[in-house]
Amino acid sequence: MEAGTNAPLSLEELDAAVGLRTGRTHVLSILVENRPGVLTRIAGLFARRGFNIETLTVGPTADESFSRVTLTVDGAVDPIDQVTKQLHKLVNVIKIRDLEPDTTVQRELALFKVAAEGAARSELLELCEVFRGRVVDFTKRSVVLEVTGAKRKIEAFEQIVRPYGLIEMMRTGEIAMSRGRAET
Amino acid sequence: MRAVDALMECLKAEGVEVVFGLPGGANLPTYDAFYDAGIRHVLVRHEAGGGHAAEGYAKATGKVGVAVATSGPGATNLVTPITDALMDSVPVVFLTGQVRTELLGTDGFQEADTIGITMPIVKHSYMIQHPLELPRVLHEAFHIARTGRPGPVLVDLPTDLSRGEIPYEPVTETSLPGYQPTIEGNHKQIRQAAKALAAARRPVIYAGGGVINANAAAELTAVADAGHFPVTCTLMGLGGFPASSPQWLGMLGMHGTRTANYAMDGADLICAVGARFDDRITGKISEFAPHAKFIHIDIDPAEISKNVPAHIPIVGDAKRILARLLDEYRALEADPSRLDAWWAQIQQWREEFPLRYADSADNEIKPQFMIEALHEATGGEAIVVSDVGQHQMWTAQYYGFEKPRRWINSGGLGTMGFGLPAAMGAQVGCPEDLVCVISGDGSIQMNIQELATCAQNEIPVKVFIMNNGYLGMVRQWQELFWDRRYSQVETGQFPDFVKLAEACGCTGLRFEDKTTLLEDMRRAIATPGPVVVDVRVTREENTYPMIAPGSPAREMVG
Ligand SMILES: Cc1ncc(C[n+]2csc(CCOP(=O)(O)OP(=O)(O)O)c2C)c(N)n1
Repeated sequence: MEAGTNAPLSLEELDAAVGLRTGRTHVLSILVENRPGVLTRIAGLFARRGFNIETLTVGPTADESFSRVTLTVDGAVDPIDQVTKQLHKLVNVIKIRDLEPDTTVQRELALFKVAAEGAARSELLELCEVFRGRVVDFTKRSVVLEVTGAKRKIEAFEQIVRPYGLIEMMRTGEIAMSRGRAET
Repeated sequence: MRAVDALMECLKAEGVEVVFGLPGGANLPTYDAFYDAGIRHVLVRHEAGGGHAAEGYAKATGKVGVAVATSGPGATNLVTPITDALMDSVPVVFLTGQVRTELLGTDGFQEADTIGITMPIVKHSYMIQHPLELPRVLHEAFHIARTGRPGPVLVDLPTDLSRGEIPYEPVTETSLPGYQPTIEGNHKQIRQAAKALAAARRPVIYAGGGVINANAAAELTAVADAGHFPVTCTLMGLGGFPASSPQWLGMLGMHGTRTANYAMDGADLICAVGARFDDRITGKISEFAPHAKFIHIDIDPAEISKNVPAHIPIVGDAKRILARLLDEYRALEADPSRLDAWWAQIQQWREEFPLRYADSADNEIKPQFMIEALHEATGGEAIVVSDVGQHQMWTAQYYGFEKPRRWINSGGLGTMGFGLPAAMGAQVGCPEDLVCVISGDGSIQMNIQELATCAQNEIPVKVFIMNNGYLGMVRQWQELFWDRRYSQVETGQFPDFVKLAEACGCTGLRFEDKTTLLEDMRRAIATPGPVVVDVRVTREENTYPMIAPGSPAREMVG
C-alpha cells in the first residue's frame, strides 16, 4: 500500500494488512555461542517482524561455550519460517529447532505466593501435594509454593489457588528437550 | 606492541591498501598507529562520505572496503552507509572508536551505544572486550564481510583497550561454528534446474546483484548463450550481462523495459540468479509472473521463497552453480527451436515498445539525451556511479552496461548522497579507470563536502549534475499520483554549483546546449583532476515506462 494514490485508507483496510496470526504457538530451541549480545540480536529479529515473544529462557549447556535459548512465540506458519531463516544467519547461532509438542518434553517452574490463613492453609498444602509441588516458604499469613511441569499443569494449578488469594505468581518460561536419544 | 599497532598488522595481512575515515578523541590511538603504518588513509569530510567511499571501493574492486570513525557522532554518522551496505550486500568493515571502558553506559562524552544502534543493520558486529581479542576479531570481521552473502561488519574499539600492550602473532585460522555459508549447490537440484530449462518454452533468466558479487557474469552469459535464453537484470545486476547482446531484454522492474516486464509476465519458467524479488521488481505480487515456475539460485537461504515460492531452490555460490548448470544443460541437448515462438513474441514487444523519449525541438537538453551523450563521450567504458532519483533510472535505462562492476548505485536503500563519495572510493580502487558520477541537484548536495576530499587527494572523478531544479523523482510522483500538488520539491537554482566546485578546488563547468553537449562532455572528461558539471536539463521530464505502485507489471504506463 504505497502512496501511489492520495485516497485515504480506512482503518479496516489497514487492520487487514497487518497480517493474520494462526495462533499456533511455536517452541524454538536455539543453541548459541556464549557471546555478549546474542540474546539482543535474537530478540531484535522477532521484534522487527512484530512477533511477541511469550516466554524466553536462557541457560548454560553441558558445553560451557554454548548456551541454550528456549522461546515460545505465537505466529503464522510462513512468517515464523522467515524468522528462523534469519536466526540462522546470526553468526553466533549454531542450531535452531522448531519443536513439535508430540516429540518433546516441556517443563517450567512456577512460584505461587498465596494468602493462607486458618483452614485454607491445610487445604492448600494438600492441593500442593496433589500437584507434586513443594512448600518453599511458610509464614503466618502466606505460603510460597513451587510447582514444576508443562504449561498446562501450571495453569491448572493457578486456577485452583487463585480463589485462596493469589498474591503473586512467577514463572520461568518453558524449557524443552526432544524425546529419545538424539540431541535437541 | 599496542593493540592498535596489531590492528595495522591485521589490516595489512588482509590486504587492505586504503581506508576512508575521520579521527576524533576516541580513536586517537588508532590514528597514531596510522601515522606510520604504511596504509593509505583518505581523510573524508563527513563519516557518511567515508562509509559510502568504502562501499564504492568494494563495489568497484570486489575487495573489502574499510571505513573508520570515532565514537558517538562519528559512529552515528555511519548509520546510513552501514544500512546501505547491508541492503546491497557490500563487503565493508567499519572500525569505530569507543569511549574508555570505565565510561561505558555512563553517558560519557561522545559515548553512543554503537553496537546497539547498529545491531539490526550489520551482518555482524563486535565490541572488543580485551585487547588480546583484537587480531582474531579483526580477521573474523573481514572473513564474515567477504564470504557468503557479503555485508557490513562493525568493530567497536574502546580507546583504553586500543592502547593495551599485546604480543602480536599473526592469526592463521578463524573458527566460527555458527557461520558456515553453503557454497556448493545441491547437485540434484542443479540437474532438476537444467531439466526444467530444457523443457521450458517461455524461459527468462532474471539476474540480480548476486551475479556481480559472485563474479559470475561470464558463467551467466555462458548459460544464456548455451540455451539461447532471454536475459533481464535488476538495477543491481546491470553489467552482469552485456547490454549489446541480442538476448538482452533490458532492465526489469518499476522503470524497466516493457519487453523485460512483459517477458516475466508471460514466462513459463523464471531462473532467478542472485536476485531477491524485491517489490520494485514484482509490482503487485499476487499478479507477478502468473504462469511461471521458479528456479531460485542464491547464496542466502533466507532469500529462498521469501517473497515468491521457489519450485527449484538452489543455495550456493552462483559462479559454481552456473558452471555446473551449464554442463548439465548441455548434456540434455535441448532443441533450441522450441523457443522460436517465444523469441518472435519478444521481438514483437521490442519493436512495439522500445525505450524512447521525445527529443527537444530546440537546444534544450533532455535527460535521456544527456545519458546517451555520456555513453558516447566515454565510449561506454566508464565506471558510472549514480545517486538516487530520476537521473539514476535514466542512467540505468540508457547507458548500456557491458561489464560487471562498472555500474555503482544504491539500490536497496536508495540513499541520496551515495554517488559522489562512492565514486571517490571507486576511483581510489581503480586509478586507471575513468569514473563518472551522474547525480541530481538534490542528491549531490547530500555529500557535496567530499569535493574537497577529491581535490585534496587528487581523485579525478567527473561529476555530472543532471540539474532540473527539482527533487525530480518526488515531483514526478506528486504529478502523477497526487494531483500535481508540488509540495516541497523545488530546489530552485541554489547553490551555484560552478562556484561551489571552484571553492572546493575542483573545476566547475556549466552546459546548457544540446548541440554542443557531446564535445562539452569530452572536454570535461579530458580536464585533469576532479570536475563538476552543472548540466541544465528539461525541468519536468518523467521517467518512463513505469509500473505504478500496486499495479501488476503488464499494466505499465508511459
Ligand atoms: C536520503 C534520502 N532522502 C530522501 C529520499 C527520497 N527521494 C528519492 S528520489 C528523491 C529526489 C532526488 O532528487 P535529485 O537528486 O535532484 O534527482 P532527480 O530525481 O531530480 O533526478 C528523493 C527526495 C531518498 N531517496 N534519500
